[in-house]
Amino acid sequence: MASRGWWKTLTAVLLTAIMLFPVYWMVNVSLTNRGSIRKSQLLPFDFTLDHYRVVLRDQLPFLTTSLVVGIGTVILTLLIAAPAAYALAKLPVPGGRYLSFVLIVAQMIPAVVMAMGFYSIYNQIGILDTIPGLILADSTIAVPFAVMLFTAFIRGIPNELLGAAQVDGASSWRCFRSVVLPLSRNSSITVALFAFLWSWSDFLFASTLDRGGGAMRPITLGIYNYIGAQNQEWGPMMATAVVASIPTALLLILAQKYVSAGISAGAIKD
Amino acid sequence: MTNAAGAGAPLATTQPGGTGAVNPRKGGRHRTANWAAVAFVAPLVIYLVVFYAYPLIQNFALSLHRYDRATFVSGGAPFVGLGIYREVIAQPRFWRVVSQTATFTLVSISVQYVIGLALAVFFQRNFRLSAILRALFLVPWLLPVIVSGTTWQWMMNPDNGALNTLVGWFGAEPIWWLSAHNSLRSVIIANIWLGIPFNLVILYSGLQNIPRSLYEAAAIDGAGAWRQFRSITLPLLRPVTLITLLLGLVYTLKVVDIIWIMTTGTGTSQTLATWSYGLAFGKGTSGVIQYSEASAIGSLLLMVAVVFGFIYIAIQRRGEE
Repeated sequence: MASRGWWKTLTAVLLTAIMLFPVYWMVNVSLTNRGSIRKSQLLPFDFTLDHYRVVLRDQLPFLTTSLVVGIGTVILTLLIAAPAAYALAKLPVPGGRYLSFVLIVAQMIPAVVMAMGFYSIYNQIGILDTIPGLILADSTIAVPFAVMLFTAFIRGIPNELLGAAQVDGASSWRCFRSVVLPLSRNSSITVALFAFLWSWSDFLFASTLDRGGGAMRPITLGIYNYIGAQNQEWGPMMATAVVASIPTALLLILAQKYVSAGISAGAIKD
Repeated sequence: MTNAAGAGAPLATTQPGGTGAVNPRKGGRHRTANWAAVAFVAPLVIYLVVFYAYPLIQNFALSLHRYDRATFVSGGAPFVGLGIYREVIAQPRFWRVVSQTATFTLVSISVQYVIGLALAVFFQRNFRLSAILRALFLVPWLLPVIVSGTTWQWMMNPDNGALNTLVGWFGAEPIWWLSAHNSLRSVIIANIWLGIPFNLVILYSGLQNIPRSLYEAAAIDGAGAWRQFRSITLPLLRPVTLITLLLGLVYTLKVVDIIWIMTTGTGTSQTLATWSYGLAFGKGTSGVIQYSEASAIGSLLLMVAVVFGFIYIAIQRRGEE
């Protein structure tokens, strides 16, 4: 029996290695000297950290922008989603069922359609290529998901806990602030992590609404710049890609329990 | 609209403390609760109107007027009704792109599903390191698409890419992965890789909900692993399968980033979504930008996505009842 278990583990390790090969290859190329990249060696024998020096020199403004946009998206998402979810879960909202329906449909709208609409509106009111404009657009990726995740969680809070607060004379606002919010700590972390990751990863809104943003462009466009270049520099490009993957890595290492919480709460997002 | 609701919000939040506590009549209480509820959802409703409904309407408006670069900035483009839609559909490439979109979507979701299910069954029984390895399988899903897209592009490089090195080990000729002819196949491969984690996660949690006792009873009756899979796992997993495939369909239809990053939608890899994106935002094409056509194609895509979205919601509602 024990030997069978080991056999399974071995197979699983092999499958994981195949699945993660592209990720390994990215790291491998990022550590290989320019002259040797085209040899496609399995290990970075011609080792160098030069590409990362290039990243630090060229990509810092883009990384900072992505960080700012990510934090802005998280704050906006939490501010809108948490109160609404409390109402949907515990208060008699007129047309609440209809609202949940709209949220599901909202997630299915092709991003390219949203981008066209935003582009036209932003062009008229003059917030193309600005960070607030990008934050607003990026938040649309996370808000419906956030409301649904919060609603599912808050619905599970026993009514006695909320009822007790109301007997004490607490208004719904105080009930929300002093009972619901503290209990929703884990859900808030899950929402924040996903909102940050999606805004950090966003390419579509960035490449349409913030194309001309200069240094105020996010890291996804920093990488994209390399693709268009005459002589594609694969080393710095892969090094930037590795750096851009840091939030994903941190998420998996530090917050894996929140990731699985997000998924098991019906966090369905592709 | 924004002002009215904004003024209503603080009023409503101060009210319950007053009327609710002083006047304990049932009717009054209910009404204040209602006011509070409206105040709590008001920001969301305003948000949905301003950041979903308005851009959607704007998109439709673009597709009903004939815009060019100049009128896009200055306004005053002529209204042409459904004229743009008719022109787009009449283009010879329209049906070719539709069929490429269908191939991209259907092949992607079916292969993702089969691999995802195989992995979910494999990971179903706990073994040493299974939790950690399962978590690592999420990586393609959580990585920024620009990262995976550029990496796949490099691996598919015809001269020095890792894939052609692999092909060479088997003695085959190098493949021109991203050529016009092969590009659809190549972006499908990359997209399958991106979608496996999503299928694995949903199907794995679906498998966890099948009672263990069913398998035990079947084993006592002498049913082998394959028999158990066919007569227990597959039938009981049907609702989850349906949901997974429908969601996959809706999400895959609208994919732009992985295709655009790898091929900019050239050759066979052009889909409705990348076509729309390219017409409006293609690199260095400000002279030939076609916002109206882009919006019309986007709107057609939206309608298809929403139809399947409604089917998904109907199935899910039926499952809950």
